[in-house]
Amino acid sequence: MRLHLLALLAKEPAHGYELKQALEQTFGSAYPSPNIGQVYVTLGRLEKDGLVRAVDVEQSNRPNKKVYYLTAKGRDHLTTWVDEPTEGPRVRDEFFMKLVLAPLTGIADRMALINRQRRHYLSLMSDLNDLLNRTSPSDRVAMLLIEGAMLHLQADLDWLERCQEDLA
Amino acid sequence: MSAVLKTVNLVKIYQDGAIPVPAVRGVDLQVEPGEFVAIMGPSGSGKSTLVHMLGGLDARTSGEIWLDGKRVDTLSESAWALLRRKKVGFVFQFFNLVANMTVGDNVELPALLAGVSPKVARERRESLLGALDLTDRADAAPAQLSGGEQQRVALARALANQPSLLLADEPTGNLDSRNTRDVLRLLGKVHKEGQSIVMVTHDARVAALADRVVSLFDGEVVDDGRIARRRRGTAGEVIDLR
Ligand SMILES: Nc1ncnc2c1ncn2[C@@H]1O[C@H](COP(=O)(O)OP(=O)(O)OP(=O)(O)O)[C@@H](O)[C@H]1O
Ligand SMILES: [Mg+2]
Repeated sequence: MRLHLLALLAKEPAHGYELKQALEQTFGSAYPSPNIGQVYVTLGRLEKDGLVRAVDVEQSNRPNKKVYYLTAKGRDHLTTWVDEPTEGPRVRDEFFMKLVLAPLTGIADRMALINRQRRHYLSLMSDLNDLLNRTSPSDRVAMLLIEGAMLHLQADLDWLERCQEDLA
Repeated sequence: MSAVLKTVNLVKIYQDGAIPVPAVRGVDLQVEPGEFVAIMGPSGSGKSTLVHMLGGLDARTSGEIWLDGKRVDTLSESAWALLRRKKVGFVFQFFNLVANMTVGDNVELPALLAGVSPKVARERRESLLGALDLTDRADAAPAQLSGGEQQRVALARALANQPSLLLADEPTGNLDSRNTRDVLRLLGKVHKEGQSIVMVTHDARVAALADRVVSLFDGEVVDDGRIARRRRGTAGEVIDLR
């Protein structure tokens, strides 16, 4: 969550609760609602690393609240993150390892593994279908995230078919 | 309740070339009323051959096919044609619309042929075209439509008769993601209303709507089982954003 918070603070200084709300607003249902304790813990670490700094703001009838802002070092850190190419998703290799090693173990044959995995992927896809139907089209970020997950899953299934053709 | 479809040791060997090609090798398949079965498998595994036999479009080499409790693999071609009109809707891998009829008439014709009243046939045409976002293409000729649009017309036409069984061969093969969504929605809806469906597809989104997946490999069924449903929370809980 470190860089997400830095990015929000690049726009304007904010206190912890505002950051939590901003995350929820930006990502809609695409982001598991962050717990406020976790936001404060992360801010504390960012402060310790010199990436953000906090000032106490007095409030009437209430304890002071801490407003956080980005330091120059924090901005550099953020710029590096945004500017560098992002690692692509790794091929999910655990199933592939099972598939390649299965004949050695004598526990299951490849055809059985592939068939079970296909049904598992379809069951995940069915979850995503439901999720897409339950997501409001105005929640654009969540819609795109679900579509992305579906495309990845389709690629996994196509690959499974290739494995079946060549290995089974 | 008897199965809407049943095959017993169904075999197809193409003999038209120099060497015989065994495309389907002993398939036993049973589909209950209202069930949605997805057929998957690599290219050349016999999916099209299988559904063509189920729809009487290709003669079997041996084995039995039963539709609604009636043996049909022994029927003559004309008896098949009659049966298809009433009981089976078919969507081909490469559509097959009547070229010199408008899109709307293509959809309306099967219901008229099956003896439905013109008023009802018209109502079904309107509702199917609407569901697939084709209303403003109704007066076009099929050749004026994109591949994806023709595919959707073919689906509307296959459903026009409210057949006991919908057979479809890659009905989303030519669709982009928005059009696929329309097709998914319609399939989900007719399935919920009790439509039995056997569908060949590579599209995981379509297959995931099915109750069961049957996998073919080299002309044989290598897997046949239900797709588990779990229903979980929000996108953020299902998908890991880091
Ligand atoms: N008319 C035909 N004559 C001879 N062989 C055929 C004929 N039609 C299909 N075949 C062969 O039968 C096998 C099964 O073909 P089929 O079209 O059923 O595969 P499929 O699973 O539908 O593949 P795809 O995913 O590419 O559509 C293939 O080996 C194919 O070459
Ligand atoms: Mg085919």
